[in-house]
Amino acid sequence: MSGTDTAPTATRPGRPRQRVPLPLLVPAGLGLLFLVLPLVGLLARAPWTTLPQRLTQPGVLTALRLSLQTATLATLLCVALGVPLAWLLARVEFPGRRLVRALVTVPLVLPPVVGGVALLLVFGRRGLIGSWLDATFGVTLPFSTAGVVLAEAFVAMPFLVIAVEGALRGADPRYEEAAATLGARRWTTFTHVTLPLVAPGIAAGAVLCWARALGEFGATITFAGNYPGRTQTMPLAVYLALETDLQAAIVLSLILLTVSVAILAGLRDRWVSGP
Amino acid sequence: MTVRWIRAALAAVAVLTLGLAGCGGEPAGSDGGRVTVFAAASLTESFTRLGKDFEAAHPGATVTFNFAGSSALATQITQGAPADVFAAASPATMKTVTDAGDAADTPVTLARNQLVIAVPKGNSARVAGLADLTRPGVKVALCAEQVPCGAAARKALDAAGARLTPATLEQDVKGALAKVKLGEVDAALVYRTDVRAAAADLDAVEFPESADAINDYPIVVLKRTGNPAGARAFVDFVRSEAGRAVLTAAGFQAPPA
Repeated sequence: MSGTDTAPTATRPGRPRQRVPLPLLVPAGLGLLFLVLPLVGLLARAPWTTLPQRLTQPGVLTALRLSLQTATLATLLCVALGVPLAWLLARVEFPGRRLVRALVTVPLVLPPVVGGVALLLVFGRRGLIGSWLDATFGVTLPFSTAGVVLAEAFVAMPFLVIAVEGALRGADPRYEEAAATLGARRWTTFTHVTLPLVAPGIAAGAVLCWARALGEFGATITFAGNYPGRTQTMPLAVYLALETDLQAAIVLSLILLTVSVAILAGLRDRWVSGP
Repeated sequence: MTVRWIRAALAAVAVLTLGLAGCGGEPAGSDGGRVTVFAAASLTESFTRLGKDFEAAHPGATVTFNFAGSSALATQITQGAPADVFAAASPATMKTVTDAGDAADTPVTLARNQLVIAVPKGNSARVAGLADLTRPGVKVALCAEQVPCGAAARKALDAAGARLTPATLEQDVKGALAKVKLGEVDAALVYRTDVRAAAADLDAVEFPESADAINDYPIVVLKRTGNPAGARAFVDFVRSEAGRAVLTAAGFQAPPA
């Protein structure tokens, strides 16, 4: 890691080398195969010879840029709202907490297309809040890039909340108690003790959240529609390419996969693995 | 250690392969009476009805449907999906299936469909023709050009010389329709049959340029069918007097003689 470690990893007295038990190894290997084989399928069928000219087709970069931007904005939104929500669930006793915790996971259970319809019924032009937004500020969210961010955040936020709540529950509460004993207010404790303590958990949650937002399809196409440059993210472009040109769809999928895996691997080494 | 690991991995592959082989296999319709029909989204209402009528006329037969955008269905078929009959919303989509050698015989046209402008009941944006769709502030949903209704819409708009920026390009005609029903757009270019099926919520505005963009719906028995007799019987039923009556009631036009 930092290189200044005095104990070299190779000679670290630690776990003795033990055989991996077969009942664990076999299902683990099967699980890995199951996850990786579809990727192999994509790679095997990719049109490698025409790849360069397909990559430079005009719509591709636009969709990729839009995907990265909206997923990042959605993640920021989720962190801003989701971390306090997770703290509330983990640290404050209030009536109906179980119900609230169940409600937070609703977007996980809901088919994304249904989520998109639900968003339309609230934020749409005739929706509960949307009609007011339209009449008062002239703002309409459907069919806009903001709408894409909203749809992605709706679907991805539970991943962040659950990860951060788990980290908070796993964190030693004595640090916070000590801070309180020393006279720190709850807000000060939160910013100076709790946040640094669960930072790796927040990072892991944010990464999950970002990955989910990047792959979002159903809620996006339902709530934000599909228009190149404005709301057409990579998953939407892949789906439409599939309508006419399987190879183009494979190329688009590979680009999305490569970029997201590269970013996730890069982040993981930096932040997520922790000490 | 390494050898054991490799052996375990190989065993895992073997188990997986055997397991998968056990699951697959059975060709579509091998149980005699089952006919699996892949049909364009715009055929949903009329084919569901025709399927029931067919089952009533052929005791022991069951018809199951897979309704989706024609192009998605064509991709599924060329990738080996188990289907007996394919009905597409455009000859171009059908061609991808016949070109791939997946059709058992030559497709025949079962009906034709024409575009209309779907507007919410009351037509609050007062849309009377294609030209109104280009007015600022009028939100329009079109189908993406990759699917038949989008290709037809493009033809009609070009014929009218109308240039418009739609709010969204939907992946199939039902998607465009849903956006009008929810009131998120003021109008959508969809098929006459779609508006007729949703007459409680929507009105249709006819426009002359739609004559330049009439869609022929071809139907064909697929080569991979496990039930060729049943598949042919269904295609014949769709083209019979009784079948035509259902299609006409849904708003389709008779195919050219």
